[in-house]
Amino acid sequence: MPVGVFIFLGVVAIISSLGVVLQRSPIHCLLALIMTLVSIGALFLALDAVTVGFLQIIVYVGAIMVLFLFVIWLLNLQADEAPTGGLGLKFFATIAVAAMAAELFIFFSKTRGAMEAANVAPGYGSIDSLAQSLFGQYLMAFESTSILLLVAVIGAVAIARRTIPQRERGPTKGTPTR
Amino acid sequence: MAIDLLIGAVKAIVILLLVLNLSAVLLWFERKGSALIQDRVGANRANIFGVGQRLGMPNLGLMNTLMADPLKLFTKEDFVPDGADRFLHSLGPFLALFPVLIAFAVVPIGDTFELGGHTVQLQAATINAGALYILATIGIGVYGVAIGGWASNNRWALLGGVRATAQMISYEIAMGLAIISIVITYGTLDLQSIVQQQGGVWFGWLPCWGIFLQPVAFIMLLTAGMAESKRVPFDLPEGESELIAGYFTEYSGGKQAAFMLTDFAEVVLAAVLVTLFFFGGWQVPWLYSDGFHFGAHSLLLPRALVVILGVVAFWIKVVAFCWLQILIRWTMPRFRYDQLMTLGWKGLVPLGLLNVLVTAFVVVLASGAAH
Repeated sequence: MPVGVFIFLGVVAIISSLGVVLQRSPIHCLLALIMTLVSIGALFLALDAVTVGFLQIIVYVGAIMVLFLFVIWLLNLQADEAPTGGLGLKFFATIAVAAMAAELFIFFSKTRGAMEAANVAPGYGSIDSLAQSLFGQYLMAFESTSILLLVAVIGAVAIARRTIPQRERGPTKGTPTR
Repeated sequence: MAIDLLIGAVKAIVILLLVLNLSAVLLWFERKGSALIQDRVGANRANIFGVGQRLGMPNLGLMNTLMADPLKLFTKEDFVPDGADRFLHSLGPFLALFPVLIAFAVVPIGDTFELGGHTVQLQAATINAGALYILATIGIGVYGVAIGGWASNNRWALLGGVRATAQMISYEIAMGLAIISIVITYGTLDLQSIVQQQGGVWFGWLPCWGIFLQPVAFIMLLTAGMAESKRVPFDLPEGESELIAGYFTEYSGGKQAAFMLTDFAEVVLAAVLVTLFFFGGWQVPWLYSDGFHFGAHSLLLPRALVVILGVVAFWIKVVAFCWLQILIRWTMPRFRYDQLMTLGWKGLVPLGLLNVLVTAFVVVLASGAAH
């Protein structure tokens, strides 16, 4: 990947993820998050991970962010005018951010020499190699994850389903009313 | 290097202009075609100083739709309602139009040929995961109407945006399932390779088109593609009897034209996908790389002519499917919203899953039989 492309996509991703945190309107935050995800997808594409890059855009941008949009719409979230959180939250947030920054600093200062592109086999990241690992090497893990997700979906439907008490039910179709 | 860049730029511009022009001509198709269907005359008044009429030519309404309408739209006031989000209101139409237009980048409009020592792919971007790319661009396309409807600060526009988003993501699943069964059948995500595999004949006369392998996926992809374009019978997002004009209620002038262009570009995209996956793309029946062969008869043609014939055949098929969609649009009444969702989730999605399953079984059995 050319360095220029990497720097461009990285800067777009960082600016748009700052936009997610700093903007007040939920819809603007959502659009900034979409921008972040698209630029990360493009980074994957530029690293020859074509399948992962497109799936990132299809799944996150095309599906999950739409759900976020619906949540914002249906809950009718408005822009926060007042800053949220008290002094305690600010105190602990500052400590957390400082710890994160220190961690990143140590990480980069130690790995400076080792940041070289790894050699990969031809065809790496293609849909063939992805399918080989998913349905060959990691078949059990993949299938258990899919069953787990299926259970979660059925559970969510069962919990969210509104149970109507018997006496409040109206006349069902076909039964004569008196 | 420079010449390759130049070829790439020319291809990108030519394909973009072809799509934009076809979308504009479709508007004329729609006006005169609907007149034909409803036994009317249709647009026939506008002219330039009556030149054509003095020469005795019939007025086909080209001036109305290709000159007068765009001029009117682009000189209108650009209206932004009070309390609307100005930035997102302007972003909406372009966010809708842009993904549809870039989807055409991976569409192969003709065979590969040699030109002065350069191999030219008649495809703006040669991506070997073209089918995924198209699904990704369609996925991004949802946001234009959603954001446009929301940013208008209008309840009807918002309802139209919600309807459009729900409809588009519902039918994207059906479209994805149809494309998956095609991908399983041909064993590749590369659109050019899918088209190349549709060359040749079965039984000596039947072209190897995808429609004969995947008739169910064809119906699904055409239905889902029409639903994506949000036109009758799937035009609930802009149902004017309930929502004024849906998500573009508060749009005027050029931005409204961008939304309209999006709809027509989506019609073209649906036609292009159907052509690529089921009707052989640029393949002409019985035409091979050196000329026509049918049984014992052959007619040899120069290579350049074969490539040109392929490109022409591709666009003829695309226009035919655009016309089919316009025909359906002017024949059917609008669905109710529950009918739309029932068709999508209880009709197309289970059918698509079943189709994928059957396809996978047949492909595995066939490859087992071949060994």
